Amino acid sequence: MSALAVEDLHVWFDLPGGRELHAVQGIDLALEPGERLGLVGESGCGKTTAILAMMGLLPPSASVAGRVLLAGGDILAGGDRTMRPHRWTDIAMVFQGAMNAFDPVRTVGDQIAEPLERAGLAAGRAARTRTAELLELVGISGERQDRYPHEFSGGMRQRAAIAMALACEPKVLLADEPTTALDVMVQAQILELLVRLTDELGLAMVLVTHDLPLVSQACTHAAVMYAGRIAETGTTRELHHAPLHPYTRMLFEATPDLRGTDAVRSIPGAPPRLDEPTVGCPFQPRCDRAFGPCATTRPPRRTTEPGHLTHCHLEGGA
Amino acid sequence: MSPQELAEAIIPATADTRRRPPVWRFLKGHPQAAIGAAILIVFALIAILGPWIAPYGPREQVGPIFGTPSNPHPLGLDDAGIDILSLLIHGARITLIVGFTGALVAVLVGGTIGIISGYFGGRLDNLLMRVTDYFLVLPDLVLLIVVASIWGRSLRNIIIIIGLVYWTFMARLIRSQVKVVRERAYVKRAQALGASHLRIILRHVLPQVLPLILAQTVLMVALAIFLETAISFLGLGDPNAPSWGRMIENGFDRSAISYGAWWAIVPPGLAVAIVIMAFNMLGTAAEDALNPRLKVSHLLRRHFRMRPLPDKDAAR
Repeated sequence: MSALAVEDLHVWFDLPGGRELHAVQGIDLALEPGERLGLVGESGCGKTTAILAMMGLLPPSASVAGRVLLAGGDILAGGDRTMRPHRWTDIAMVFQGAMNAFDPVRTVGDQIAEPLERAGLAAGRAARTRTAELLELVGISGERQDRYPHEFSGGMRQRAAIAMALACEPKVLLADEPTTALDVMVQAQILELLVRLTDELGLAMVLVTHDLPLVSQACTHAAVMYAGRIAETGTTRELHHAPLHPYTRMLFEATPDLRGTDAVRSIPGAPPRLDEPTVGCPFQPRCDRAFGPCATTRPPRRTTEPGHLTHCHLEGGA
Repeated sequence: MSPQELAEAIIPATADTRRRPPVWRFLKGHPQAAIGAAILIVFALIAILGPWIAPYGPREQVGPIFGTPSNPHPLGLDDAGIDILSLLIHGARITLIVGFTGALVAVLVGGTIGIISGYFGGRLDNLLMRVTDYFLVLPDLVLLIVVASIWGRSLRNIIIIIGLVYWTFMARLIRSQVKVVRERAYVKRAQALGASHLRIILRHVLPQVLPLILAQTVLMVALAIFLETAISFLGLGDPNAPSWGRMIENGFDRSAISYGAWWAIVPPGLAVAIVIMAFNMLGTAAEDALNPRLKVSHLLRRHFRMRPLPDKDAAR
């Protein structure tokens, strides 16, 4: 049974004047314990909205449909009410810009202990001991728990945010761009830490990022999102070496390669508007292999090997 | 392709309600603001047109002492046989003028001190804030009784007293907001480019705190009207200006209550209450609209909604 499965997840946002923006248009994902899924796509394609929906943290202007299954049980069905008991204890999150997510007037340890106390897992002295353990786990000395956030460096705060996410021993960790705004050395350390933690604790992790090399480096699986839909999902290796969707191929071509000789090619154009319904394939106007049905028919879901899925009319791979 | 053209190609212009003037959208989204504004417009018109629409003069004896409300005098007569409705209409002008100018004095003094204190910080900030503290701890009513009896009873003095009492709130509020804005990166950038303090304050700081100042000014007018009424009721108002507070004081003083002449006290009291309420409705709505961060979604009790999956065929 998958640690986390998302089935046909949709998110809409209300716009002024009774209009709607269909931000996430039916995505499917599945993760086994210990798997790391890189969720990539350009800005505004719905990555962050999708994982906020998995945590049930969307604003009141959002409406949601679909299922979010944790170990087989749907936690989304009852909205916030069914989400609440699982939040942080079963599914936790490292937020975007997490290094700024700490309250400046309370100690770091105090804030890491908060979910422990709220979930009734530890309090008082026991919470302090557990907080120290958590900090050690992410490579920070446990004695530092009485320090304030401004006494930590950016990388340390990011680690502390990860420690906070791990406080209640969740099964699933959602990380929203955990390494942006960090320098390359610290990025590498944080990534290594996340890989180690998922291996050691058997966590399933969804890593949201723009950074394709980072996904190749750290993730077992990848899902490429475009305009609120999944363009292609499969193992990182499959996506890199045998992409089925032209967008995946073009994304890799747009990434500089240390040893490659090919020039970096950017993808022309811009993503479609999401407040109007799209006809056909949303990527069609920018696609270099678009043909007949692309402009009129929504591409069907196709699979070549188990777990390697795409939404594309092309049959022989991209 | 210029960036402008590119932007237009990507984001086609939408022909919807977005082009409506912002004031219209504000009133539409905040019905209580529309009600408040309507009430205030009515009272403002009464104040402006007062001398022409009032049936009688403010000192004109037209009937018996405490004459009951009846046909030619719908709100009755006061202790000198003066028509209450006419007094009410003449009083609107004085009350509103005192309210607006009093609030203006408070906002100008408080805003200037707040901006200077917040922007420059350090020792100057400390000095100005201790002065503010001093005024803040003085009991308002005692301060104004003392000042009014020393300076004498005149409209100008009442306006100054109102400014004296309320500038401290404004200074505190503006100072804290300026302190936030001052630390923003674009202010630092302007400093690095060599912009003068005056330019930074006028171009970068003031526009950021202006919405706050505007919303607070509206609320301040309500407070000023309230204070004017209180001062007048205590017998410290301008004896030559028949404001609503003076009317209440007059009725009370000439024992309208023992005559059973409720009409000498209730109408001006109601007028004050309605105007203050209108300013409050407008002010809180303005605060809401100009400072949307006051209603951050994660502080709401409401949550996202669940809905059924869309029809597959319709979605594709």
